[in-house]
Amino acid sequence: MHKPLLLGQAGGISFLKLSRFLKPGITFNTSSRPPSSLRRKESLVFYLCISPWLIGFFLFTAGPMLASFFLSFTRWDYFSPISWIGARNYERMLDDELFWTALRVTFTFAAFYVPLSQLISLGVALLLSQKIKGVSFFRGIFYLPAILSGTAYVVLWVWLFEPDRGLVNNLLSWLGIKGPRWLSDPNTALPALVIMSLWGMGSSLIIYIAGLKNIPPSLYEAAALDGANSVARFFYITIPMLTPTIFFNLVLVLIQTFQSYTTAAVATGGGPLDSTLFYLVYLYRRAFQNQEAGYASALAWILFLIILAFTLLVVRSSSAWVYYDSQRGGKDEK
Amino acid sequence: MFSKGSSFDTDNIQAISWKQQTWSKNLPQILIYLILVVGSVLYIFPLIWMVLTSLKPGYQVFSPDLLPNPAEWNNYPRSLTYTGLDFGKLYLNSIVITVANVIGTLLSSTIVGYGFARLQAPGKKFWFVLLLATLMIPFPVTMVPTFALFNWLGWIDTLLPVTIPAFFGNAFNIFLLRQFFLTVPIELEEAARIDGANTFQIVYRVMAPLVLPALAAVAVLTFQNTWNDYLTPQIYIRDQSLYTVAQGIRFLRGSLNPQWELMMAAALMAMLPVVILFLLAQRFFIEGITLTGIK
Repeated sequence: MHKPLLLGQAGGISFLKLSRFLKPGITFNTSSRPPSSLRRKESLVFYLCISPWLIGFFLFTAGPMLASFFLSFTRWDYFSPISWIGARNYERMLDDELFWTALRVTFTFAAFYVPLSQLISLGVALLLSQKIKGVSFFRGIFYLPAILSGTAYVVLWVWLFEPDRGLVNNLLSWLGIKGPRWLSDPNTALPALVIMSLWGMGSSLIIYIAGLKNIPPSLYEAAALDGANSVARFFYITIPMLTPTIFFNLVLVLIQTFQSYTTAAVATGGGPLDSTLFYLVYLYRRAFQNQEAGYASALAWILFLIILAFTLLVVRSSSAWVYYDSQRGGKDEK
Repeated sequence: MFSKGSSFDTDNIQAISWKQQTWSKNLPQILIYLILVVGSVLYIFPLIWMVLTSLKPGYQVFSPDLLPNPAEWNNYPRSLTYTGLDFGKLYLNSIVITVANVIGTLLSSTIVGYGFARLQAPGKKFWFVLLLATLMIPFPVTMVPTFALFNWLGWIDTLLPVTIPAFFGNAFNIFLLRQFFLTVPIELEEAARIDGANTFQIVYRVMAPLVLPALAAVAVLTFQNTWNDYLTPQIYIRDQSLYTVAQGIRFLRGSLNPQWELMMAAALMAMLPVVILFLLAQRFFIEGITLTGIK
């Protein structure tokens, strides 16, 4: 029964994976419920226990969310009185070229980074799920970049992409290729950021490895007995059984990618010629450099809606391609 | 690989069946190793290059030689001060912030996680769904008003905005700990209660020790996230003497005339605490990621 499950219904979106620890929880014996005074005491203790989160929720999540929705209809610089300007922040976006640039850059980045990172991490995970020696050594190496400090990671890659003496162009010149100017060329800066980010795909890798481990070996044995070769086993067992994990990773990486900040902020600051102006870099600029709290809030809500829309899209599409073991009674050959 | 003796001995049968347990039995091992070795060399090489650069004397950085000659160990101490930014102080700031976040997260997430796992109350389901829903809310949406709040409190350019919120728990960790608490047999808790323990004692003395691996996973991931975080301190801390190490590295990047050997030395040292923790506690990193998918 060790298979990746997707649990946690939050507003109709199930996005949490709990692999191993979803053993049936302890349920209170409802037939012999304690007397009401005890129950009242238990309620009190419950609210006391969760009070740190509850207070934090109102102070740092619910409150700020409502506030940012309100602020998105105002003009404010954090100091002078707030002035209500209706939907003008949203209208302003339509004519804001940098907003559209930021959207385009972020989508382009995601369009390359998300599939590539998933292909690479899945590929490595498949190799690491073979019965070979030294798996944890290799896993450690492939995962290591993912834990490195963001700014130090990016500064390292800025050096690797240094046009004249950086490692990347050094390697290219051995192959007889004259490397581009990478981060200082508007045409190659964004691809450079994609390559840079792919180095840190480790957490997808770990989740894929766990997903592969959860595929019951009996399926492979049965298929082998039926004469399925390894290609068939890969496409008819591994991939279908892995779809919940792929789905989970996809949602997670999408959410993270739309909120990328450090990579562009440190490597390029959004340049050259705004070619790497990630959405959050632009938002940060409006919020904290231009002190436009109102406009920045509107930008934040649009980002939120975009992330929500994409997540829903993936979730909606999941019924078509994600296989859940719980789908009653094996409608296929099984 | 192949056991000696008759082809029917148990070793051999096992060997065959475990080879068949994966999707490919035909992919030659040599090929797998070849890809893995080439891949990991590719993956680790940037770090090796980084070490080599960090040890080169300044005039050698742009030379085609791979190895530093002679190795300039002085780059490391020099990198801590060469821009006028005192990294000693920054390390102290980062340590204070990280330790506070780890302690705050552990204390708060444990008790909240326990509440959601073990106690019954009207409205519990509602709050639990809400807890999970907050996982969906991207940080940028709350970023501006939270800044306004801390600004109003006069907390800008103090360490408070980057430490205090940890004491209110974090939805991922609360959820993770709840899942673990659910697996602890209720008898242990009841025994403690009969012995007269109150809820606090039960949570921190009885339950917490039983889910140590989960607490360790929460601790290492919080350590990693806090140490590596750049955006949050960048929002609240502008005073250079309160910078975190991550901010300091960003500051080096801003210099017009980059001294790569010193930048690499500084960046390497900035990475080191999490790398050491990773080498010591790899298991907990992997478990934490597997369970929640947080980076």
